[in-house]
Amino acid sequence: MEQIPILKIGDCLLVSIQVDMHDRLALALQDDLTAKIVESRARGVMIDISALEVVDSFIGRMLNNIAAMSRVLDAVTVVVGMQPAVAITLVELGLALTGVKTALNVDKGLALIRRLIDGEEDGLDRREG
Amino acid sequence: MPRKSETVLPSLIERRQKDLLDAWLHSQRNSGAWTTEDESDTKTHSTRFLTELRKGAATGQFEDLQGREWAGVRDLLEEVSRARALRGFTPSQTATFVFSLKEPLFTALRDEVGKDAQKLSDEIWVATLLLDKLGLYTTEVFQKSREEVISRQQAEMLELSTPVVQLWEGILAIPLIGTLDSERTQVVMENLLQEIVKTGAEIAIIDITGVPTVDTLVAQHLLKTVSAARLMGADCIISGIRPQIAQTIVHLGVDLQVTSKANLADAFELALRRAGKAVVERAKSARAQAE
Amino acid sequence: MIVEKDETMPVRNAEDIVRVRREVRTHAVGAGFSLVDQTKIVTAASEIARNTVDYGGGGTLHLSTVRLGARRGVRLIFSDQGPGIADLKLALTDGYTTGSGLGLGLSGAKRLSSEFDVKSTPGEGTVVTIVRWK
Repeated sequence: MEQIPILKIGDCLLVSIQVDMHDRLALALQDDLTAKIVESRARGVMIDISALEVVDSFIGRMLNNIAAMSRVLDAVTVVVGMQPAVAITLVELGLALTGVKTALNVDKGLALIRRLIDGEEDGLDRREG
Repeated sequence: MPRKSETVLPSLIERRQKDLLDAWLHSQRNSGAWTTEDESDTKTHSTRFLTELRKGAATGQFEDLQGREWAGVRDLLEEVSRARALRGFTPSQTATFVFSLKEPLFTALRDEVGKDAQKLSDEIWVATLLLDKLGLYTTEVFQKSREEVISRQQAEMLELSTPVVQLWEGILAIPLIGTLDSERTQVVMENLLQEIVKTGAEIAIIDITGVPTVDTLVAQHLLKTVSAARLMGADCIISGIRPQIAQTIVHLGVDLQVTSKANLADAFELALRRAGKAVVERAKSARAQAE
Repeated sequence: MIVEKDETMPVRNAEDIVRVRREVRTHAVGAGFSLVDQTKIVTAASEIARNTVDYGGGGTLHLSTVRLGARRGVRLIFSDQGPGIADLKLALTDGYTTGSGLGLGLSGAKRLSSEFDVKSTPGEGTVVTIVRWK
């Protein structure tokens, strides 16, 4: 069965979603990631959705679940590369990604994970100037 | 009313084309329907009109000016009308192109068939009906052209009024001018988000100094833009909140949930701080050397 | 309304949902939709398709490209013979869900469409019609 590959970069796990996932694949990813976080003692999880042209409430749920599970395992989750059309649609859909940090691309995502893990910011509110 | 095939118009125009043209141009000049700049254009248009008019009249069909027989005349009038609309002529000035032909034409008809009062009256009737319809057609086309111009200008304004500028590396600004309606907000949102991806900017300043009113709808639109940017990994700052707008927002009970500043300069300063940058004054001696 | 392109497909399992997204995208592209509008209708389709599979016991999608005067659009009619929706008004509220979802399916899809209609009879089934105009 096809699987979405999970890469390990230092103490981070990187997942790049390239295909329009069907539900089983998404659930498998959730399980795989959780297992890998435990196994590798990762502190950060980065999910690259730059190739995803559609994010519906199911995928949104998946992302939220992954974030929740990582938090329990003391890891942070960052979603990167959301396409503008997807962002606009998600706002219209009314979907909130709770517990999920976002960054524009992989580079900035890794930098964000670094900052979060190293505790330079509490990561909850970057709005203070 | 002469049976259609009996009107002398076509042969009249053919035989007296030059005189008619001169008299007509004279009449147009007098009515103030043109300026000297337009002289050669008007001459060309008028000459062609007479030719097409003759062809149309020769078919003997005067009832339906939308028919094939009058396509040549219609096309020419459309050309004239569009050209004049673009040049800023009024609808009346444009219609005068046609109406000012009446006097010379009636004069020519009088010369031609003046001795037969009945025939003269019939011919004038045919001619006047024809020119009236054509004059009105000119006005219609003129209206349509103007609407097309306005529509195009609106689209251009929409484009121009939503530019995204890069203030610094990683800091974008989008100064909004005018009313924010649903369609404009879509354009604004999409432009801003594309630029965020393109430049990798993590901070976007939305300046609403030029937005006259902020009601709940506008506030919602702004919020959607801010939310979408945040989902992608960028933060927004809203600037240009005038005192009245601040009051309106509080009064409406809208929670903007985003940092806002009174003016663009303050917003820029905040953005620089968030980006970890600071503006430093150079030491005096170094400045003297640099200058 | 003139129907320009037309097709029917089953919506019974997860793979069908993927296929629905693909086909709706094709129609949207064909109708000249902007990228954002394409994404909106495809996402709406995904939401309703999932409802059809998860709550409707599976059903069908009647997908068409339509034209009204000069406007072109995409119309989706999802129908199933499932248990139906007991309280439509409640179901259309944000966040309401009888399952484990975020509960945005119906109300979210409505926000993403130009026209939206739901007809449901408890015990007989549900028909959801959405249209997005260019």
